[in-house]
Amino acid sequence: MGQAGLMEGRREVRALDLGLLNEFGSIVGKRGLICSPEELHTYECDGLTNFRVLPGAVLLPSSTEQVQSVVRLCHREKIPFVARGSGTGLSGGALPVANGIVLSLARMNRIHEVDLPNARVVVEPGVINLDVTGRVASQDYFYAPDPSSQSVCSIGGNVAENAGGAHCLKYGFTTTHVLGLEVVLPDGSLVHLGGKTLDTPGYDLAGVFVGSEGTLGVATKIILRIVKRPACVRTLLAAFPTTNEAGAAVSGIIAAGMLPAAIEMMDKLAIQAAEAAVHANYPDCGGLLLVELDGPLAEVEALMTQVDEICRSNGAWEIRVAQSEAERALVWKGRKAAFAAVGRISPNYIVQDGVIPRTALPQVMGEIARLSRESGLRVANVFHAGDGNLHPLVLYDRRIQGQEDAALALSFKILELCIAAGGSITGEHGVGEEKKCMMSKMFAEPDLATMQRVRCAFDPLQLSNPTKVFPAPRLCGEKPGEYVAHPVESAGLAERF
Amino acid sequence: MTAISPTLPNHFRAVLSANQIRPASAADAVCGMQPQLLLEPSTEQQLASALRLADESQLAVLPRGGGSKLGWGNAPSRADLLLSTARLCRILEHAWADLTVTVEAGCTIETLQQTLAEHGQRLALDPLWPEKATVGGMLSTNDSGALRLRFGALRDLILGVTIALPDGTLASSGGKVVKNVAGYDLPKLVTGALGTLGVITRAVFRLHPLPRHSRSFTISVSNPEEAQNIILAIQDSQLAHVALQSQFTSDASPLIDILFEGTEAGLDAQASQFRALCKSAKSTQLQSEPRHGANPKQRAWNARQDLWSFSNPAENAIAKISVLPADLARAAELIGPIAESSRVNWKFLLHATGLGWLRVEGPADNLHRALTILRAELEKIGGSLAVLHRPANMQTFDAWGFSGDSLPLMRAVKSHLDPSGTLNPGRFVGGI
Repeated sequence: MGQAGLMEGRREVRALDLGLLNEFGSIVGKRGLICSPEELHTYECDGLTNFRVLPGAVLLPSSTEQVQSVVRLCHREKIPFVARGSGTGLSGGALPVANGIVLSLARMNRIHEVDLPNARVVVEPGVINLDVTGRVASQDYFYAPDPSSQSVCSIGGNVAENAGGAHCLKYGFTTTHVLGLEVVLPDGSLVHLGGKTLDTPGYDLAGVFVGSEGTLGVATKIILRIVKRPACVRTLLAAFPTTNEAGAAVSGIIAAGMLPAAIEMMDKLAIQAAEAAVHANYPDCGGLLLVELDGPLAEVEALMTQVDEICRSNGAWEIRVAQSEAERALVWKGRKAAFAAVGRISPNYIVQDGVIPRTALPQVMGEIARLSRESGLRVANVFHAGDGNLHPLVLYDRRIQGQEDAALALSFKILELCIAAGGSITGEHGVGEEKKCMMSKMFAEPDLATMQRVRCAFDPLQLSNPTKVFPAPRLCGEKPGEYVAHPVESAGLAERF
Repeated sequence: MTAISPTLPNHFRAVLSANQIRPASAADAVCGMQPQLLLEPSTEQQLASALRLADESQLAVLPRGGGSKLGWGNAPSRADLLLSTARLCRILEHAWADLTVTVEAGCTIETLQQTLAEHGQRLALDPLWPEKATVGGMLSTNDSGALRLRFGALRDLILGVTIALPDGTLASSGGKVVKNVAGYDLPKLVTGALGTLGVITRAVFRLHPLPRHSRSFTISVSNPEEAQNIILAIQDSQLAHVALQSQFTSDASPLIDILFEGTEAGLDAQASQFRALCKSAKSTQLQSEPRHGANPKQRAWNARQDLWSFSNPAENAIAKISVLPADLARAAELIGPIAESSRVNWKFLLHATGLGWLRVEGPADNLHRALTILRAELEKIGGSLAVLHRPANMQTFDAWGFSGDSLPLMRAVKSHLDPSGTLNPGRFVGGI
């Protein structure tokens, strides 16, 4: 496993000397400083395990003041830093800079305030996503953005990536639910962006910060919006001959003026994988649709009848409606297991995260099938049909020479298809390290230059996660690696989605 | 006012044709500042080039769409050129099956909605003066109404944007799909930025289906406390209302308006639930039964725009207020006494989101006093007050109020995108 040479063209970061390590240690305390090589290996990558870089030190502050002091010291000494939440990111956003600092927010995991009448919760960045819902569930509230890693991923990480989840179409993303942030800027100063009330005077810098992948500073407090649970949820499963008919059904649902809470689609290969892994008992079909509606009971029941009709008129030959929470969980089980499940039918895989306009699905699927045939590699497809987020899973065996490179190349060709179809290179995983090379294909030079200008306003010295998001002069997929399950996956705590 | 060289109009002939350049008239004045020239580019490229020329010539540029909200913000410190988007008004693509639309900044909201309605869709926003307001102006002022409760604000409905920077750059960010985390979210940066960072030339929005049916109810309550109890109870219930607001005035009982959309069966069920909630939430004093109108475009949902229908602009001021949703009663109970002691009449509309609009009426000095005190009180409880209309002769009063500790950062962003301060100088927070 090679080390990715990430400083390409940038200044080399000299190794941290003992004096500096002591200074950092005096800020965060002995237990907040990790600098032994064995321990540093834990932080050398995130969920994207084929890129690994050893940092100079890992710091675990436990307060905003400590974060400020650490960042001030980094600013003084021109040391780049990378903030890290739970390390479950899939684009290498938390990949360290060689000899730089990793700033782990894991210790800052307090929920400061729960204000139900105003539907606001104030949390530290290390709070786990699902724990926010856990805190307000007894009053029938929930925190809407639900990435599949939500039992382990942190709010701070969600903020960095503008994390989504299966219910984005109706409920929005992290940025929809972040009202304000306390942020330590890369010079160590503290600012408050947004606030508890709406439309605070000035530019929407909170909106710029969310999704900036740690390149604009470190969030130390986040004001979240929570949502009242809908009165009822109904989930329907429909089996189609192919994904084309399933896609047509989705278009029919949209054309009928309905806005489901979630619409998921799986192709034959993905269904087979799910069956092998968790015995989801899905119908054996070419295209599977999972449609979820939520809201007031009478409304949902009226709409569900229409969804049923639309599916049948588009060729669905089997339809099941989950009648209980247990049945609903079963319906989702297969879908949520799909990523991990492909591990049953292939030694290795690469997952991508492109987005396409919904209407482009048949054409893009056709192209993926062609690329698959040409390369001899199978591709399983899981599609958030509601919002157009496509997760192609490129299956390969790294023991066969050349297959890994071919798989990587194919995964990036699929992203090019997404761009050509008018979509995006990333719907939820972020650009991070992995997809920097694709930014120039999605955006023109003036677009990237303008984003860089905004970045310079926040971080003139380019210390905050400096090597991510924006393109560097390097080829895509230069340092491929085998797919290695992230420790949290192996522990059964999370699934790739 | 910069004295414009008489050769300047010819200067712009390099990028625009003669009929796209004309001297500004008195009717083109903005907050008492008289620009000299009006430019009407008809393509994004022309707009960007004209803007660059203006920037190079050190002219102050005021972008203009429909001109319906030019008085919002502070008066410009300089005003040389009006850059109009009137000719950038095309709907470039309505991808109805994908629920997105790409539209140029000068298109009016009404024209846009009419086109979207052809496929049973809408931009789920209810901005002011849709027949006159343009996409660019609506975005730049962050103007949206009661539907925000269900469908989100402009920041939540915009997917992508193209802006012209003063150095002539045309920059796009975001995209055409609902889910996209590539790059920075610059659409959010320019939303509400009053055109001070760049001139919006086009935007991509996510759309929603037009509702099949709607039903609206109005109830009257005795006082702000009761209004708050009912509104919070509704918000805490599992009703799926799309809009909810309360109206207060010095001389009548407070009103609560609620809007539902959906299937007939769904609406019937929600109506029953709503009636039951009102019954159990009210005090023992019986109030009037909910009135419902088959046409939701009734008085209630025009209430915000109606605030502007005053006859004497010299004796009226309008402010946008933001408080926490559960500070509804507190806000209403602050306004009454302050208005009374300042001897002004008042009318206040507050959405369940915590955003509200206040009209005060009286002599300019009294208005100034009322707004000054009210802003201070609101800021104490974490809220804000921004002035949208004021008498021309009212004493100096900053339009925005306290902008917090991120002002230096805002200035830094401004200086990176508009280093010469060409766009709407002095109009934004902190004098940006």
